[in-house]
Amino acid sequence: MAGPEPGAGRGAPAAPGTPAPRVYIVDDHGMFRSGVRSELSGYVEIVGEAADVAPAISEISAALPDVVLLDVHLPSGGGQQVVAAVRAGHPEVKFLALSASDAPEDVIAVIRAGARGYVTKTISGPELLDAVRRVAAGDAVFSPRLAGFVLDAFAAGAAAELERPSFDPELDQLTGREREVLRLIARGYTYREVARELFISVKTVESHVSSVLRKLQLSSRHQLTRWAAERRLT
Amino acid sequence: MIAWLLIPAQGADTSIATTALADKRGIALAAALASVLAAALVIASALHASWVAGLAVPLLVCAAGLVLISRNADPVERQQLREFADPAGRPSSRRRSRLLLRLAVAVLLLLGGSVALLEGHETTAALLRPLAGIVLLVGGIALAFGPWWLRIARDLVQERQARIRAEERADIAARVHDSVLQTLALIQRRAGDPHQVIHLARAQERELRSWLFDGRAPGSLDSEAATVADGVRLIQQDVEAQHGISVEAVTVGDCLLDEELAALLAAAREATVNAAKWSGADVVSVFAEVEPDSVSVFVRDRGRGFDPDAVPADRKGLAESVRARVARRGGSATVRSAPGEGTEVSLVMPRVTADRSARR
Repeated sequence: MAGPEPGAGRGAPAAPGTPAPRVYIVDDHGMFRSGVRSELSGYVEIVGEAADVAPAISEISAALPDVVLLDVHLPSGGGQQVVAAVRAGHPEVKFLALSASDAPEDVIAVIRAGARGYVTKTISGPELLDAVRRVAAGDAVFSPRLAGFVLDAFAAGAAAELERPSFDPELDQLTGREREVLRLIARGYTYREVARELFISVKTVESHVSSVLRKLQLSSRHQLTRWAAERRLT
Repeated sequence: MIAWLLIPAQGADTSIATTALADKRGIALAAALASVLAAALVIASALHASWVAGLAVPLLVCAAGLVLISRNADPVERQQLREFADPAGRPSSRRRSRLLLRLAVAVLLLLGGSVALLEGHETTAALLRPLAGIVLLVGGIALAFGPWWLRIARDLVQERQARIRAEERADIAARVHDSVLQTLALIQRRAGDPHQVIHLARAQERELRSWLFDGRAPGSLDSEAATVADGVRLIQQDVEAQHGISVEAVTVGDCLLDEELAALLAAAREATVNAAKWSGADVVSVFAEVEPDSVSVFVRDRGRGFDPDAVPADRKGLAESVRARVARRGGSATVRSAPGEGTEVSLVMPRVTADRSARR
């Protein structure tokens, strides 16, 4: 996880001047929902929860939370349906994907649908809070695992590059700097540690990660989808 | 039938044969039946129909055996026997009239067929009549016994499917019992120790996942790794199991292991164990990346760290042995640490095998 920054942990219920983010939870496990509720209570405002795709779409469109915590797997379909349906009408709602599954194709699908990040359900409370605040502020949240997936996907794309050049190298390739940032995140560094390691500011790290997210979402490279489909569960 | 006599029924301690021997009335009944049949046999041989004798002996044995079985089988089996002999059972009135109609038609066909066949035998000139007779006979037999045969065949298939399903269920139950249920029991007993509970749950989750999605049998995970990603997964599993900490493992790309890469992974394992033992951190991150020219592994913890220039002898020894392992094979290792800032061991091994085409 791009864990809690040292010294920037839970701290005060909310930083002065910034209201607590309004959070909506979509997960089909009641126990998990109540667990997240109790871990985040006091630090964020929980505006509602849903257990499936259809109620989630209508309620989120009505409640308009800042951040939706979204399970990748729902009884009647993938979480990406919720992302796509809500963002069509309300692009300002931000999604953070949460999953017990580490299947790359699920993760990539929900990110490409528009989620701002991905964390596993084993994440600790303070780390989850940190991720929610980051997403609410408009940043991307990359867990080490997601960073690994993305490096892998774009590397597979680069190998295919030799055979067939892409139409849009701007979107289909990572810059050297972006790759360095992703590698450090995959090694378990927080954004702050990445910044210190590369002698850049945390803001610059965040902009690199957001740029990677944008490429992941906009690249039309079909290798990306195929890579995700071919990779087995880990 | 012999098997039926000798193999004990499910749940019964003794075979039917043993109970049958104790059944005086049954034996008497069988003896009576045998004597009647023997009498018929004598009459038949007196009438120079010696072929009857060929059929009579097996028939006699069968009949006696069946009597013994049906008298001594348990109620369920007796019911099954009855259904086997009379599949129609006690049908409703509508079904009974249909059954009667079917039987009547069958008897008519059989009679007609027999007559045609017998008469055809007399007048050899007409070839069509015996043929028609055979067709009628076959039709009659099919009509009379067809549904019965079909039912028996269907029952057999259903029984086999049910048995296969039951076996699969038993297999899954056994595996779940050995893994998940055991772990749940352990978790209940150690509810007071959250550290242990988390560790147990994690290890079990990984095992269950690899069984469900990779088709690996639980417990078979300690097999030899064939690729870098496999090897990293093994390190993660073993260290989590033996040292009770979480290992966050990420692998990018993959390739087959050769001697050099195996040495690299052995060094990575040592570094991970070292971090688990001494760092005091809850989580150790392992990141492996396979590139066309080299493979690198980073082992990082956020534990207490140390000053590399003033290391205690035991730690220096470990760092040295990690370094020596990879250096012997042409790789390099660096250890970065500072008190309070955790430790990171970076290992790099150049790839010598011309396996450049491997999936990155």
